[in-house]
Amino acid sequence: MRTDELIHALAEDVAVKEREPARTLALGVVVGAVLAGLVFAILLRPRPGIVQVADDLRFLFKFVEGGTLALAGVAICASLMRPSGRLAGRAWLLAVPLGLLLVAVITELLVLPQQTWGARLIGVNWMYCLAFIPVIAVAPLAALLMAMRHGAPSRPELAGAIAGLSAGGIAAFFYALHCPDDSPLFVATWYMLAIAAVTAAGAFAGRRYLRW
Amino acid sequence: MISAREDEWANWMRASLAGDGAAYRVLLEAMSPILRAIARNGFARAGVSVAEADDVLQETLLAIHLKRHTWQQDQPLGPWVAAIARYKLIDHLRRRGRRLEVPIEPLIEILAQAPPEETISDEEVRRLAEALQGRQGEVVRAVAISRRSIGEAAAGLRMSEGAVRVALHRGLKQLATLYRLENA
Repeated sequence: MRTDELIHALAEDVAVKEREPARTLALGVVVGAVLAGLVFAILLRPRPGIVQVADDLRFLFKFVEGGTLALAGVAICASLMRPSGRLAGRAWLLAVPLGLLLVAVITELLVLPQQTWGARLIGVNWMYCLAFIPVIAVAPLAALLMAMRHGAPSRPELAGAIAGLSAGGIAAFFYALHCPDDSPLFVATWYMLAIAAVTAAGAFAGRRYLRW
Repeated sequence: MISAREDEWANWMRASLAGDGAAYRVLLEAMSPILRAIARNGFARAGVSVAEADDVLQETLLAIHLKRHTWQQDQPLGPWVAAIARYKLIDHLRRRGRRLEVPIEPLIEILAQAPPEETISDEEVRRLAEALQGRQGEVVRAVAISRRSIGEAAAGLRMSEGAVRVALHRGLKQLATLYRLENA
């Protein structure tokens, strides 16, 4: 096939319309979040007495952290799924969840006596946290990767990693309903370890699956 | 002058996205010499014979086509095209075990160079087009190599126009996949 023949064929195919990448990504987020909620509902229960802690700042912070991480990640995904998309333009968004976490950790260290730090950090359920955040993140990670595949990320590995970070944020948001450990020291350690694992899995998947 | 040309391209691309095949053909023909220059520059820098640079050109044209929905219509077209050309060049060289460390020149500098002529050594491409199976292959070959319109191809292959459209689109996607798997 000569180049002019290929161009002829491409011009005959002009009528095919594809969905706008941002809309595809939004669809992926919604589907992923719904599936994550379903997996949570099947495997876990909200912790007992959740109503009593509903106005507790430490408890609420876990949702803020997971939510802002997911939102920042998805906004970066929207940029990275276009070929000329750069990380640089939107990477600062990650400063929101990371800054909040830093402030929360420092506040916790200031208000708690030093001898309780260790117990707060270890918590009571860190193995659940490490296991269930990645499990809940599988479906949103798959949905986000499928959406980004519809785009054209010029850095597949990075795009996959940020998809993993977003999926980890979504999973953390749901897991927080179950998690009995509310200290920011716990969140900064175990939640972040679990989310880092999902991010690494996303990078690995992106390298293979997001090429085009 | 150069930015005027990019504006013209962006207008053609907008018309193409609205379904104007004639504008699309003009755009792809206008971009080809520049995409060829990008591919040849990259091959030369990576120390690979430039004779096969047209493989990358065709891969890039296919990618521009299949990913054209990722261009934002209020953004300039040049950086988007350059990003796709760069990705396809690097990906192609990577598959051949070569690395391109040097960043490619901005599109605007390549636009200023004299466009090279086409080499017609497309054995590999022809082989890939032949390798397309079944109806998709028949339709791609009928439309591309025989230069038929959708309507003519439909009459020739005794298919409905809708079926030809679907087979053509799937065939082009398949062709892009075959390219990627080549030397993978």
